[in-house]
Amino acid sequence: MATTMQRVRFTFLDHMIKQPVIYRMGHDFDVVTNIRRADVQEGVGWVILEVEGELEEIERGLDWVRSLGVRVDHALGDLIEP
Amino acid sequence: MVNVAALRCKECSREYPIGAFNVCDFCFGPLEVVYDMDAIADIASRERIMSGPNSLWRYADFLPAEYNPLVDINAGFTPLIRSRGLAERLGLEELWIKNDSVNPSYSFKDRVVAVATAKALELGFETLACASTGNLACAVAAHAARAGMKAYVFIPSDLEAGKVLGAAIYDPTMIAVNGSYDDVNRLCSELADQYQWAFVNINVRPFYADGSKTLGYEVAEQLGWRAPAHAVAPSASGAMFTKIYQGLKEFEYTGIIDNVETRMHCAQARGCSPIATAYEEGRFVIRPVKPATIAKSLGIGNPADGYYALKTIEASGGSAVIAEEHEVAEGIKLLAQTEGIFTEGAGGVAIAGLKRLVERGEIQPDEPTVVYITGNGLKTTEIVSDVVKPILIEGTVSAFEQGVGVKA
Repeated sequence: MATTMQRVRFTFLDHMIKQPVIYRMGHDFDVVTNIRRADVQEGVGWVILEVEGELEEIERGLDWVRSLGVRVDHALGDLIEP
Repeated sequence: MVNVAALRCKECSREYPIGAFNVCDFCFGPLEVVYDMDAIADIASRERIMSGPNSLWRYADFLPAEYNPLVDINAGFTPLIRSRGLAERLGLEELWIKNDSVNPSYSFKDRVVAVATAKALELGFETLACASTGNLACAVAAHAARAGMKAYVFIPSDLEAGKVLGAAIYDPTMIAVNGSYDDVNRLCSELADQYQWAFVNINVRPFYADGSKTLGYEVAEQLGWRAPAHAVAPSASGAMFTKIYQGLKEFEYTGIIDNVETRMHCAQARGCSPIATAYEEGRFVIRPVKPATIAKSLGIGNPADGYYALKTIEASGGSAVIAEEHEVAEGIKLLAQTEGIFTEGAGGVAIAGLKRLVERGEIQPDEPTVVYITGNGLKTTEIVSDVVKPILIEGTVSAFEQGVGVKA
């Protein structure tokens, strides 16, 4: 199956900031992560990264990230507009 | 074109040639159009603007696309009305209402789509596309019809048919996508990469966004070549809000107007207020939310330009304000009943926000203020359906007098 790439933004709240979420995603799922930009402040932080792999594996990985309470969005904001 | 220099990343400042892309390859930051403002200053003048068409194309020197009559359905140059009743109600001496609800497809989206469509034709595209739940779909379908382009409009499958009738009438190919909004987002991102289409708010977004600069230019011109002390605008993605201010500052830089000291105020509804919440908490980090607001046209939970809207507030000394959900309909009614202008949810948020800003003392009574009304009330009649309560009478004069409580 062909690999694909997604640009996503993780938003972390409070306690999740200390968790090695991106490392574990790359370790436990067959995807390659590549951080491009980030900003972590007290109580909230975000990371914009590229995730490469088979679509199904990327989705499994992102679902796992969501299950931890990390918000996952498209890197450039909502594309669907009112 | 003399005035457009390049595309540039808003984050790392890397430059790219003019083309259909919106994201920096290096840092994934958004791209914006860079203008040669000195070249524009050399040719632009009030007289040149006033001799242009009665549409946003009178500001073509400041836009990233050439005027093209093929796409012109007269977007922009909408009325700026001096408020009487609403100003009196709020205790303001100089309040102006920018009524963008009278654009060709009845929202400000005609401005951004007009510019995106003209640029798409310049870049050789034959197809326009967008993912939308309302106003954007209408503007894209209308402009594609005018320009003789193919149009693809993607909507969530659970959207009511009535919400997109204003787009469907122009006969775009409309695709209802099963799944969540995230699924629609992902699909459109993939399609934009794979198809040679101008996806107006994706690959031609830098040009698209700059259509909103005309909301700044027009107000300055219509105020007699000056900037207001305050501008109050509803905000969804944050793009329009930032571009209004950019427009005013460009007019200042090029000498068209003097001294722009406009304080920019961003209004959002409680049910979807990621920008205003960040402002209130003193952060520049936007926490995305799931939209749950009656003001559907402001329903962007992960605003692409939210951070830049916060920077605009900071740079201008402005603020952000949150309208409670019950205040949205009240704002719509107040504007209709004091000024004769019927707006949709976003306008209700703007009016409710304006009211709060006056109550807070952010806007002083003698300061010239403009409030932006960005969409038409006939699009969201369900919000205010309770106003329909006719007095039922039999067909006689006495029944009339009894029912209404009058006597000849």
